[in-house]
Amino acid sequence: MRAVRILARREFAAYFATPLAAVFLVIFLFLAGLFTFEFGGLFERGQADLRPFFQFHPWLYLFLVPAIAMRLWAEERRLGTIELLMTLPVRLRDLVLGKFLAAWAFCGLALLCTTPIWATVAWLGDPDHGVIVASYLGSFLMAGAFLAIGSFVSALTKNQVIAFIVGVLVCFVFLFLGYPVFLDFLSGWAPRFLVETVASWSFLTHFQALSRGVLDLRDVLFFLSTIVVFLAMNGLVIDWKKAA
Amino acid sequence: MDTFLEARGLKKRFGAIEAVAGVDLVVARGEVVGFLGPNGAGKTTTMRMVTGFLEPDAGTVRVHGHDLAADPLHAKAAIGYLPEGAPVWPDMRVRDFLRFVAEIRGLCGAERDERLEEVVHLVHLKPVLGQTLETLSKGFRRRVGLAQALVHDPPVLILDEPTDGLDPNQKFEVRELIRRMGEEKAIVLSTHILEEVEAVCTRAVIVNRGRVVFDGTPAELEAKAPADVTRNRLDHVFRQLTTSEVEAA
Ligand SMILES: Nc1ncnc2c1ncn2[C@@H]1O[C@H](COP(=O)(O)OP(=O)(O)OP(=O)(O)O)[C@@H](O)[C@H]1O
Ligand SMILES: [Mg+2]
Repeated sequence: MRAVRILARREFAAYFATPLAAVFLVIFLFLAGLFTFEFGGLFERGQADLRPFFQFHPWLYLFLVPAIAMRLWAEERRLGTIELLMTLPVRLRDLVLGKFLAAWAFCGLALLCTTPIWATVAWLGDPDHGVIVASYLGSFLMAGAFLAIGSFVSALTKNQVIAFIVGVLVCFVFLFLGYPVFLDFLSGWAPRFLVETVASWSFLTHFQALSRGVLDLRDVLFFLSTIVVFLAMNGLVIDWKKAA
Repeated sequence: MDTFLEARGLKKRFGAIEAVAGVDLVVARGEVVGFLGPNGAGKTTTMRMVTGFLEPDAGTVRVHGHDLAADPLHAKAAIGYLPEGAPVWPDMRVRDFLRFVAEIRGLCGAERDERLEEVVHLVHLKPVLGQTLETLSKGFRRRVGLAQALVHDPPVLILDEPTDGLDPNQKFEVRELIRRMGEEKAIVLSTHILEEVEAVCTRAVIVNRGRVVFDGTPAELEAKAPADVTRNRLDHVFRQLTTSEVEAA
């Protein structure tokens, strides 16, 4: 755990060594604000909740999270610093985890920066704070799952652009599985259990469940196990490249 | 003799290229081995296998008594490694970079600060500590790579072209440093400068096309040159060993 902490700290600090972090946070907050107030009509709805804010998160993450994740491993390979990392007396698991946790903490920071929207709603009305807390948790977990996918994809290549595009595509599939358009199309001919299975694999389904304020352990476990599975595959890819 | 590094039968193939075709590299405490060979001979690939960055197709590596495959953490902890080209994170400051390496290698508190101060002194990094790595000149960058390899005072040092890009003064200093450290450690350094072998190495190993074609002292290497060659005798032998098929076989 000591190694994970040291690795994650270096990685987290690296975001702030360049304007990358600032640019990302500004874009995130700008888009979150735009979606919430312009398209979501937070104020016009006359309801004190944050639903318009959270409902856009999956689509916001679809592009922003792969943008964070793309550099995780591809960059190390391009710079050659992967050689430094892999010859340290550190378990591969700790390397993967350290990088992932730093990126996830960064997403957490971005989310934290949106709390003034929450404060505004709380000041104007009387929102259900439990629902909002659950939504934040769901959003954070979903970001982690997107990140784990992005980290895995980043380990496959040393080209960040490819890592980004493939990352977006894979994440899109996981979102789209739960989108009504797709499910309606599927239920036209597929047996019901198949439709439900497919829907249960979608990030959208689990995120929406959490953002309704229903803190179901199964939704939390879904995201956590997605993270674990993709990080494990991430480690396998790195290990496999070592022998290739 | 304490054998600190024992690599046997290392092989590595990249597609059609047989980069390393059965290399033995056994180094005892007190030895400084010059690892020589033409471009593409397999020096870097061998070093990458010895340090655990690449997995060999065949062969075993023991570092300071630990098998690299069975006990990678202890084996890696005993190695200081300067990779080819001295890769670093460009946006990091020199001070933070060295501190990170020290900490991830298990040093902390006063001991960490002492070791950092010592390596900074050894390779003369004081003036650039606050600079980011991308703004360093090539020589300073190489020196940071060297400092990074020394920070945990490892018994085994693997240095891929440590003096490449250094000015004559720094070359001299780094060679002195390597020679001094060589008394207690097992050191392997790759180089294209043959005088360097005479200046610092107790042994020379020459590889060509993935195979060892010479293993002996620099004096033995020089003795292979015909008597009528009076200048650049080492270059002469090197050329002979690495260009003639008969010798390489
Ligand atoms: N990742 C790789 N993929 C494919 N081929 C590789 C790879 N790494 C090395 N090679 C090949 O293996 C051979 C040995 O390369 P290596 O880098 O070990 O040579 P070297 O002795 O260090 O040469 P130099 O003196 O130029 O540094 C070369 O033919 C090289 O092209
Ligand atoms: Mg090389």
